[in-house]
Amino acid sequence: MITFTVNGTRRTIAAAPDTPLLYVLRGELELNGAKFGCGLGQCGACTVLVDGEPVFSCITPVMLLDERTVRTIEGLGSADAPGPVQAAFIAEQAAQCGYCIAGMVMRAQALLERDGDPDDDAILAALEPSLCRCGTHVRIVRAVKRAARTMAGKPMAGKVEAVR
Amino acid sequence: MTKPTIHALSRRAVLRGTGALILAFSLSGRAFAQTETGASATPLRGLPGSLDATPRLDAWIRIAPDGNATIFTGKAELGQGIRTALLQVAAEELKLPLSRLDLITADTGRTPNEGYTAASHSVQDSGTAIRNAAAQVREILIGEAARRSGVSRADLTARDGVVTGPAGLSLGYGELVSDTLLHVDAAPTSTLTDPRDFTVMDRPVPRVDIPAKVTGGAAYVQDMRLPGMVHGRIVRPPSYGARLVALDAGPVEAMPGVLKVVRDGAFLGVIAEQEWTAIKAMRWLATLARWEETAQLPDEARLPEALMALPTRDTTILDVGQPDAPAFTLDTLFSRPYLAHGSIGPSCAIAYLEGDAMTVWTHTQGVYPLRDALAGLLAMPPEKVRCIHAEGAGCYGQNGADDAGADAAMLARALPGRPVRVQWMREQEHAWEPFGPGMVARVRAALGPDGAISAWQHDVWSQSHMMRPGPPGTLLAARDKAEPFPPAPPVDLPMPEGGGDRNAVPLYVLPNARAVNHFLPEMPLRGSSMRSLGGYLNVFAIESTMDELARRAGQDPVAFRMRHLQDERAKAVITTAAERFDWKDRPKPPAGGGYGFAFARYKNLEAYCAIALEVAIDADTGRLLVTRVAAAVDTGQVVNPDGVRNQIEGGIVQATSWTLFEGVRFDRRRITSVDWAAYPILRFSRVPRAVEVHIIPRPGLPFLGAGEAAQGPMGAALGNAIRDASGQRLATLPLDASRIRHAMMDPPPLR
Repeated sequence: MITFTVNGTRRTIAAAPDTPLLYVLRGELELNGAKFGCGLGQCGACTVLVDGEPVFSCITPVMLLDERTVRTIEGLGSADAPGPVQAAFIAEQAAQCGYCIAGMVMRAQALLERDGDPDDDAILAALEPSLCRCGTHVRIVRAVKRAARTMAGKPMAGKVEAVR
Repeated sequence: MTKPTIHALSRRAVLRGTGALILAFSLSGRAFAQTETGASATPLRGLPGSLDATPRLDAWIRIAPDGNATIFTGKAELGQGIRTALLQVAAEELKLPLSRLDLITADTGRTPNEGYTAASHSVQDSGTAIRNAAAQVREILIGEAARRSGVSRADLTARDGVVTGPAGLSLGYGELVSDTLLHVDAAPTSTLTDPRDFTVMDRPVPRVDIPAKVTGGAAYVQDMRLPGMVHGRIVRPPSYGARLVALDAGPVEAMPGVLKVVRDGAFLGVIAEQEWTAIKAMRWLATLARWEETAQLPDEARLPEALMALPTRDTTILDVGQPDAPAFTLDTLFSRPYLAHGSIGPSCAIAYLEGDAMTVWTHTQGVYPLRDALAGLLAMPPEKVRCIHAEGAGCYGQNGADDAGADAAMLARALPGRPVRVQWMREQEHAWEPFGPGMVARVRAALGPDGAISAWQHDVWSQSHMMRPGPPGTLLAARDKAEPFPPAPPVDLPMPEGGGDRNAVPLYVLPNARAVNHFLPEMPLRGSSMRSLGGYLNVFAIESTMDELARRAGQDPVAFRMRHLQDERAKAVITTAAERFDWKDRPKPPAGGGYGFAFARYKNLEAYCAIALEVAIDADTGRLLVTRVAAAVDTGQVVNPDGVRNQIEGGIVQATSWTLFEGVRFDRRRITSVDWAAYPILRFSRVPRAVEVHIIPRPGLPFLGAGEAAQGPMGAALGNAIRDASGQRLATLPLDASRIRHAMMDPPPLR
């Protein structure tokens, strides 16, 4: 049996040890955030944080997670009480279809936890493993900057919030 | 947001949700013409938008006794924000707060038949219908208040869901409505709200679906979990038309957790309790299958020649003056490869056979046409098949959605009483989706002594861009079955919207011009609709030629376009983009730098878009970075300006990816670009660094769709900027690093 912490709760998993984490999250644990995109570690839609670092859950066997800590987008907040990165994505309307967005948010979260004031190149580099097909990239980068300001205690007034 | 209708699984709930409605109004018929949306090409009744096909007001809007309203649309949320836009339109005209509205999208059991959610028609078709229906419902409610109170309707006002009048008269919509009040046909004209009085439309209302999407809510069909649901996977053939010659499925059937191996001819699927088990079973089954492959694909390296060598059905779509010049200034062959839609989420569907009724949750763009195709595939009466739209990842045209729906239905039929969820694997989506067709466009043009265009000829070669369901033969499963359906006949979408020839008629005023559509009935690779259809390549070809002619004539490319235009709205977007970019005063670019400009009106009927941009090219590697983009767009009356911006920004970025990176790869037998390594798309490091979108306000003018306006101009502006930087005209897409590097090396620069 494999035991790990998901979004602050210890869970013991029945799945076979070679099962990729993604299927445990979506199946046994009924969490929607991490998405199946490629199963190859190429697109980032399945990104979650393991001990604070972004990983492709679609290619990470659950056996490697024993006694480790997993965070998914569900652990950052809810629609009623979004976390700062989630709130920034809402404020910037940084989604079209949104299928890639949970992975983007998790990469941004990991970046901002280790670098509170990333420059453009750092943001682009952090997001590079994640693909977006709708072309929402420009807004996603803006959302990460907005989240950085919020997390640093200097929230942006910004045109987007003003008109909403 | 789209809440998966899990409750609908109980028969009682299904009846509660829909039975009364089906009695209350009759859904429109299934007479599909060959248009991209499936709508009739000629008006039936002369009513606005989709009211023309479905005139009953209560097919669109129902008011509950509590005064809240439910809006019904036959269009689907594809990530383009239509849910929010349609709610805005309804709220504005009903005079009800957004929070008191609910929206039901495409569902053959509940909503009007609006064909396909395609062709940038949704706001135009459904938005127009809902706007007019809402305005008429509001007036009916005011009339009912007048009747009951004896007060003249001129003294009554509707606001916030209440009709008010003199002496404290106040009647809520819920009090006024009755079972039959709205069960009437729409009138030809409506009392629409003056754009100056808008409080909800033309406002950047935040999208209602985004909070769930950024917090892990159940937002997609992929997220639905139905009671008793099991997981299916499909084993597809290795190539088009491959024949299954041997299979011993016994070992897979004996796998723990596997419920069933389904085989019907070459259609192979597995069903398992757990998703990961289904995937392992699928892979094992794939290794056990022996196939005989027959596919003869074209030589990828000579795709344009291969396409032009195919039999054609020719249509002259423009013929004015004397387009045969003695000598052409330019004669250029432009081509694009097959392009993948590249949805980030592989296609998915859930199907459930309960008794003699099949329900399919699907991210199809057309629930009614898919319903008909599935009824044919399954030999069931259409009224026993219900297709309910549930969101998937963005599709950008016809991806594997319909095929996944058919796959799920085939498996569900083999396991009655259990909902079966099927999601395609990445390699299946990349290999089997109907690609945006490879195409060729030849443009010949001559300059007269006055420096204006004296002759113009445009020839375009393309297979069909419209191979969607209805006919069962459009579906992969129907072709693989033991008793296969015949392949669906190729559809050549007619002008004025066109298919492969979309936007092949220039909007420029040319006294001597011809355009010919060489439609290819054969389909070397499976293809269908992808954003802008032929418009992307045709605009690339036209705007590259305009740019080159301007250079040859020694004229500024923006001024050269303006002198050939009469359409004032076209001129306005060009002027705005040029001004916002500071085109006139652009400094001489540094080494490797260049500027590009391009324009189109999508289909010559929809949104106008002009784009100016700047690029920086590393000559050693051919790596191109878009450093700045200024776009101007005119989409008529705007419903949600932030939604329009999001669509245009998305079009700019997506077209950057198409133009710089993309092409389906294949050998003579198989599609080989079956993952993101073999089919690279744009990543963050290559995102345009600054993108401005300027919207020209057009209050009161008809809605024009925004989702496909930017792609053609963006591709062409990139080509023109590379020409500016390198002196070389690149005409073969993609304009990838290798081609750009060669252009940067090739002397002599023409500048």
